[in-house]
Amino acid sequence: MSGPLVVVRRLGAMVTDGIWRLGFAARFFGLMLLYSGQSFTRLHLTIREIYFGGVLSLLIIVVSGLFVGMVLGLQGYETLQRFGSGDALGVLVALSLTRELGPVVAGLLFASRAGSAVTAEIGLMKATEQLRAMDMMAVNPIARVVAPRFWGGVISMPLLAAIFTAMGVFGGWLIGVVFIGVDEGAFWSQMQNAVDFRYDVMNGVIKSVVFGVAVSLIAVFEGYDCTPTAEGVSRAITRTVVSSALAILALDFVLTSFMFRGTS
Amino acid sequence: MATLPDNPLVRLQDVRFAYGEREILRGVNLQVRRGQVVAIMGGSGCGKTTLLRLIGGQLRARSGLVEVGGRDVSRMGRSELYALRRRMGMLFQFGALFTDVSVFDNVAFPLREHTQLPPELIRDLVLMKLNAVGLRGADRLDPAELSGGMARRVSLARAVALDPMLVMYDEPFAGLDPISLGVIGQLIRRLNDALGASSILVTHDVHESLEIVDYVYFVSDGRIVAEGTPEDIRSSRDPFVHQFVNAEADGPVPFHYPAPPIAEGFLGRNAT
Repeated sequence: MSGPLVVVRRLGAMVTDGIWRLGFAARFFGLMLLYSGQSFTRLHLTIREIYFGGVLSLLIIVVSGLFVGMVLGLQGYETLQRFGSGDALGVLVALSLTRELGPVVAGLLFASRAGSAVTAEIGLMKATEQLRAMDMMAVNPIARVVAPRFWGGVISMPLLAAIFTAMGVFGGWLIGVVFIGVDEGAFWSQMQNAVDFRYDVMNGVIKSVVFGVAVSLIAVFEGYDCTPTAEGVSRAITRTVVSSALAILALDFVLTSFMFRGTS
Repeated sequence: MATLPDNPLVRLQDVRFAYGEREILRGVNLQVRRGQVVAIMGGSGCGKTTLLRLIGGQLRARSGLVEVGGRDVSRMGRSELYALRRRMGMLFQFGALFTDVSVFDNVAFPLREHTQLPPELIRDLVLMKLNAVGLRGADRLDPAELSGGMARRVSLARAVALDPMLVMYDEPFAGLDPISLGVIGQLIRRLNDALGASSILVTHDVHESLEIVDYVYFVSDGRIVAEGTPEDIRSSRDPFVHQFVNAEADGPVPFHYPAPPIAEGFLGRNAT
């Protein structure tokens, strides 16, 4: 077969494989929703996952939020003071964090810290036949293992994004007010005036929920669908991090274009 | 050759199965009588484990009948299948213990999932099962702290936690030292008789299996090629059984992968 034909054939195979996988993922998502009852009737299963995915991610979220806020404080003040608007630093920090950086960066960190761990755990359970054993014991692994991890992620993500945002605002205050000397009253009052709860905060929360669904779905699907070998699990973990990052950034663009169309 | 009664617990009739285009089973017929321990033997990749997965309903036969307790497994929906599996136990090749919980919690898992028993009663039942496999004292250990043989015994305790009517063993002897091997073999027989259950062993280990089983099926190339009681097997003149039982390198299962004649292979290649 000639060179160009091989390339076309491979491209075609890649596209059809991708569509098949998307179909599997959609079916998997449907099944997971169907079997999600247990995640709420036996709440301890989901709470355990909130602990592993959410509480144990707190350190990286808090530290990253603080540093991102501090960098925003430095960079923002440097730019704003050129226009004599140094007092508006609070607005800049708060809007950047609530609308964009909070959900997006927290989502990326959540995917790398918790999403990869979920994929690894489910993948290894598959590789060591634990999922099959569970199924043979008449316990549905999607209901018992997958769904609680999914819902744990969906619940954790907006909370982590909120904590990230709060720490970022604190970091911005620390640099702007404590170290640079921006007026504290102006910092907080301008922020209070400019940040709208529904328009800015709620849209940020909606974004973080959407990212939580996307990252958690990718993480559980990649784990459940992985080739049950050491290499298969490691590939699945890589795919979780890469796909989650791309999904977050793409979804962020779509959501932003719907939510903020330059009207405010 | 022993004749089997008409009311077996497990019955496979002309079962065919394929993974995609690759045909694994080509018309398998076998029966497991109530109370029997039956071994399914054959070379690696001959479809033994596939047979267990068909009986457990994790795979569906392409054609033929897979019957457990008089009901066709291939036609069951998920809830029916799960109701059946509550009465089945399975020991996986490497134990398949849940690695993030203790030995106790592993054995307690099916009891907690399927019964409403109070914790004290579950504790007593778990310790009884662990005692039966000699590991009552290991209840607080993590699976990572167990040897291969101990893990297999814990898995066995978990498989019989709900007093199943059928226990399936996938390579229960693989990778065990001779002492563990003997222990597992005796446990399979004793537990089967104590529970009044039936057992199916998929194994390569001829000598250990022949000591404990009531009936043996040999699978090769997707078919049952020989069957009989351990005595029948030991005295069999069937070339495949003879090769398998005596671990001979060459026979009906050839030593060499199919290749052109040796003269052609070497001389032909040199000549060109």
